[in-house]
Amino acid sequence: MRDVEKSFGAVPVLRGVSLTVHRGETVCIIGPSGSGKSTLLRCINGLVPITAGSITVAGREVNDPKLDPLALRRDVGIVFQQYNLFPHRTALQNIMMAPVHVLGQDRASVETRARALLAKVRLTDKADGFPGELSGGQQQRVAIARALAMNPKVMLFDEVTAALDPETKKEVLVTIQELAGEGMTCILVTHEMGFARRVADQVFFTDGGVLVEEGPPEQVLDAPREARTRDFLDKIL
Amino acid sequence: MTHLSVLCKPRRLPAIRAPLAWPGLPVGVALAFVASVAWAQAGAAVRPGPIEAILRWGPLIFGGFLFNVLTSVLSMTVGTALGAPLGLLLIAPGRLPRGISWAVTQFFRNAPWLVLLFYVMFLLPFELHVGGVTIPLPDWAKAVLGLSLPVAANVAEIVRGALQSIPEPQWSAAAGLAFGRLQTIRLIILPQAIRRMLPPWMNLYAILTMATTLISIVGIQDGLTITRAAISSDARPEMMLPLYLFLLLLFFVYCYPIARATLALERRLLVRG
Amino acid sequence: MGGPIAGLFRWLNDVHGLNFSVFTDAYDAHRFLIGLRTTIGLSLSCMVFSIILGLLGAWLLSGPSRLARAAVRFYVQAFRNTPPLVQLVFFYFAIGSLLSGAREPLIGGYGWAVISFSLLAGAFNVEIFRSGVEAVPPTMVEAAQGLGFSRLQTYRYVLAPLGLRICLPALTNNLVNLVKTTTLAYAIGVPELLYAASQIWSEVLNVREMMYVLLATYIALVAILVWIMERWERALRIPGYTP
Repeated sequence: MRDVEKSFGAVPVLRGVSLTVHRGETVCIIGPSGSGKSTLLRCINGLVPITAGSITVAGREVNDPKLDPLALRRDVGIVFQQYNLFPHRTALQNIMMAPVHVLGQDRASVETRARALLAKVRLTDKADGFPGELSGGQQQRVAIARALAMNPKVMLFDEVTAALDPETKKEVLVTIQELAGEGMTCILVTHEMGFARRVADQVFFTDGGVLVEEGPPEQVLDAPREARTRDFLDKIL
Repeated sequence: MTHLSVLCKPRRLPAIRAPLAWPGLPVGVALAFVASVAWAQAGAAVRPGPIEAILRWGPLIFGGFLFNVLTSVLSMTVGTALGAPLGLLLIAPGRLPRGISWAVTQFFRNAPWLVLLFYVMFLLPFELHVGGVTIPLPDWAKAVLGLSLPVAANVAEIVRGALQSIPEPQWSAAAGLAFGRLQTIRLIILPQAIRRMLPPWMNLYAILTMATTLISIVGIQDGLTITRAAISSDARPEMMLPLYLFLLLLFFVYCYPIARATLALERRLLVRG
Repeated sequence: MGGPIAGLFRWLNDVHGLNFSVFTDAYDAHRFLIGLRTTIGLSLSCMVFSIILGLLGAWLLSGPSRLARAAVRFYVQAFRNTPPLVQLVFFYFAIGSLLSGAREPLIGGYGWAVISFSLLAGAFNVEIFRSGVEAVPPTMVEAAQGLGFSRLQTYRYVLAPLGLRICLPALTNNLVNLVKTTTLAYAIGVPELLYAASQIWSEVLNVREMMYVLLATYIALVAILVWIMERWERALRIPGYTP
């Protein structure tokens, strides 16, 4: 990702951000609210078109006008803060929808995989529950399984634990940690500093639409070089 | 993949988008009308064209249209006068008045307007004897009454809906201050509810205005009757298009601003709660 | 005509002078049933076409073409703000005479009624479906896009099923209005219920009785429609979710 800029109308949100994430890495993007973290994440899978710069994901140029954004999104899974499960479909159906309708895969094999994913996020018994009947943490784990069902190369997590209480937070973080351990490339926007310290290979600190500091978590979180990073960490810890 | 740019658009739409109102619309309607006039004019090289026809018949049709407007105002007045108390009965404490008013409201809301109009036209006598007084009931008065029946039922629903939309704590607070039920409604609930009644009431008025053309079916001279008379007296089928469009345009010019105002009011209510 | 019902109404006629001829006279009953069938057929066709028009309009309104959006807005406002009866006679007489010339008319009264009422109810359906789709939280669209759904797929699997649940009450309301509006076809001589009834009462001179039969029939038709729509609404209900 090089020199990415994004404005909504006349309001610049990203002002030249460059960063590299290697295959299999887990990185955390931290920073104060409104610093453009979520926008940055949405640029990666083309949900938000960028104004300038370039992003390359798994060999694809995101702002290439010839690019099929749907193909890109099949390679890049995203999980949102508010789960965004489809309320009219059961947990299992939520997971199966995209592989069946978007990838056109065979329903029976998709169902086998979906059930395996549900087992992986420890929700085997909730397969036929509707989202409205699940707790926040359960919904979020279904959302993770839903994104994984597309066999993505990269997973994006947008403050996925922000709406959860501490108890359920843990369930979700454990799931993500397992995923990272299996070698999935994960990019998280998060406020969970403890999680970042334990799991992340790299931490990026953004503020005011620019990348302020980057490096391994020990360095960025424990011995920040920039004053702005220090300020931010002091405030939230 | 031409729709790519659109893919990202729905996200940024605000929850309440600008309504379907479009400022250029009246212009569009007028253009369509002018085009039809031009079309008919072109086909009428020898005989007087549609412009002459509209100049000749326009004032008469407009007069008929004004009668539609007058009918709508009268029916709305009668309908509101009948419907408001009916609406109060819908939330009355007693089961019996509530049940009866509910049945009456449902009946008149769900019966077709035209059938109700027929009913009143045919089954009401041409004069009423109340005590020793004889009240004549000319056809137009019966028509006004016939149209006001469904209006009353709809007004009742509007009143009920608005009164019930006032949050329960307001009722309890009033009860706590020892207000009686009617006092509560009159002094506390109604002033708040009236703002909420206004948009659906205006909407109902626009619907009624358009429905007044039904009186032409039961033989009362209105804008539609005169338009048809104009066409048949000229025996000129090619005049139908411009003359009917002229009548449609009259109604549109009257009803469209009401619809816009209703929307504007609704949005203001949404914002201010 | 026999049976206990006919017997009851014959008794009403003999004793109270209430002539419900549709229940006692086979010919009147036949005419009335044809009217009923016409009204139901007219209502059903208009429902189908108006829903198709509504979906199409709502789809175009959310689409990229400015021209298409302007055209849909024009259509909706034109039909919502002019009298349905004038629309009907405009189609039947003005447009009808254009299409037919001197020979046999291309489209009959019934056809024009279907076209006119479908366009009218369709204009309302556009608004209903549009507001239904807009009431679906934008996060749902984002989630669908994040999974690689195309615009059509997002519509089909997410927006339409959720939007439908939101707008179903408004749709019911509009379809009830549509059934009531079919009475206007009387004005162009379509032999629907009101027309059939008026033929009977002008011959048998039982206006009052026919009025009651007519009103009861329409109330019953509306009640059945509302009942079906409410059952549908209930069938679509999702546990733990209120639209």
